Amino acid sequence: MGWFEQKEKPKIPQAKALWAICPKCMSHFEKKVWQDNARICPKCGYHGRLSARERIAQTADDGTFCEVFREVSYSDHLKFHDATGPYRDKVEATIAKTGETESIVVGTCEIGGHKAMLGVMDFSFMGGSLGTGTGERIARACEQAVAERRPLVLFSASGGARMHEGILSLMQMAKTSAAIGRLKDAGLPYISVLTDPTTGGVSASYAMLGDINITEPRALIGFAGRRVIENTIHQKLPDDFQSAEYLEKHGFIDKIVERRNMKAFIAKMLNYWGF
Amino acid sequence: MMAAKKTAKKAAVAKMTAMDRVKLARDPKRPHIGDFIRLMCSDFEELHGDRLVNDDRGLIGGFATMDGEKMLVLGHHKGATVEENMEANFGMVNPDGYRKAMRLATLAEKFHLPVVTFVDTPGAYPGDTAEARGQAEAIAKSLEFFAGLKTPVVVVVTGEGGSGGALAIAVGDTVLMLENAVYSVISPEGCAGILWRDGAKAPEAAEALKITAPDLLKLGAIDEIVKEPAGGAQKNHAAAAAAVKKSVLKALKALKGIPLDELLNRRYAKLRAMGNFFK
Repeated sequence: MGWFEQKEKPKIPQAKALWAICPKCMSHFEKKVWQDNARICPKCGYHGRLSARERIAQTADDGTFCEVFREVSYSDHLKFHDATGPYRDKVEATIAKTGETESIVVGTCEIGGHKAMLGVMDFSFMGGSLGTGTGERIARACEQAVAERRPLVLFSASGGARMHEGILSLMQMAKTSAAIGRLKDAGLPYISVLTDPTTGGVSASYAMLGDINITEPRALIGFAGRRVIENTIHQKLPDDFQSAEYLEKHGFIDKIVERRNMKAFIAKMLNYWGF
Repeated sequence: MMAAKKTAKKAAVAKMTAMDRVKLARDPKRPHIGDFIRLMCSDFEELHGDRLVNDDRGLIGGFATMDGEKMLVLGHHKGATVEENMEANFGMVNPDGYRKAMRLATLAEKFHLPVVTFVDTPGAYPGDTAEARGQAEAIAKSLEFFAGLKTPVVVVVTGEGGSGGALAIAVGDTVLMLENAVYSVISPEGCAGILWRDGAKAPEAAEALKITAPDLLKLGAIDEIVKEPAGGAQKNHAAAAAAVKKSVLKALKALKGIPLDELLNRRYAKLRAMGNFFK
């Protein structure tokens, strides 16, 4: 469903230690410049991917984030096995590498002094794919938000549903959307931040359901993959197709917010809500 | 004689691979929504348009009467002839189609009529115009919408349940599925292309993804399998439609009279239990 459709990264092993390469404009920078600039390309303004923990540190007020539902992890109910081996091995390797147990981290926190329920997806965990554990964490987060009257803030970064978990990964689209519907019925606001990339089953469920949808400059947001669309319509697509700017122009995004202003913008929205 | 025939049929069914079912589910001779409506309903009044930009022919719907029961039916429309195929975009729905589905279902709510949906699509249309008009938003909104629709919803997966494009009109109180239909998060070809790096490994992917009706019943993704006539629904449209009609009427009867709050709570609990393996 899409998490596989990332562009091929340039392979320059010797340079890797010193240089960072902007995946959008392919400009080279000293790694330090890239890091010091919050992984924002100084040339084209592309906002590089962040881990869930980095995002949380940039969003939640210091010391307020309290993680919940960490015990909810992946499920291998299909005993899925493809050409490169069992799903279980892949996901266990991802857990060992990232230290996360699912593709979203959820918890309670304060943002600019406003209490909130925060969920942040991590693209480095199986391409940020939506598995049963991901969906369950989001549904529980919605329910806890309702119980504690907390607005919901979700950062998405995903290629879509996790096909290794079959039909039940698809069903997480319905489950999370239903849970968000209930949160909205309870009068609570939901701010969705669609970060690079948000595609497939995640853009086609909770990520697009924000009362307020925001994104970062040049983020990739869409439903189908670029190559699939090009093969369908037999045409080359323009460079800005499925970009944050394209989505804003077509009316699906409230605002493109730069990373350095993101926390302040969310806090401002929560302040307008005022509870 | 009869017993021997039955055993032979059972053996043939048991031998069917997931990919065999995929082929059957995609058979153009299989009954389409138009056939089901014609064979199941005594009348049908089609209603057009999303009231925004378009009338997507890939998804049709309207008021209908089935065995004296009034209802609103809607579903994917692949088309039966080449002209219809083209017009309906082979059942690959644009955002306009999902917005039309929501508009019609709102009408059902207002008229206090149940909704019956027919699911048969390769997937939502992956085109530039679909993206520009918000394919992701339309599907997302549809999921949220049907989860909260204040009237009973019965879903019938009749052929191809292609991913998000199918799910967008497959959130309901009772989900029925024809014996040889398939329903999957991704097409076997797509999955094989990614995880096997070879589209020709689709049969392996189809097996691994667990996309047949018996598998989905075991996983709790559907509620009931509707038996098809011998050899498949394409061999006998009337018998297939009669079996679907019987199951739909039974499902509607069971849902009728459930207080609205309870109906919605049950629907939510059902979705909520999907893939909850965690204590």
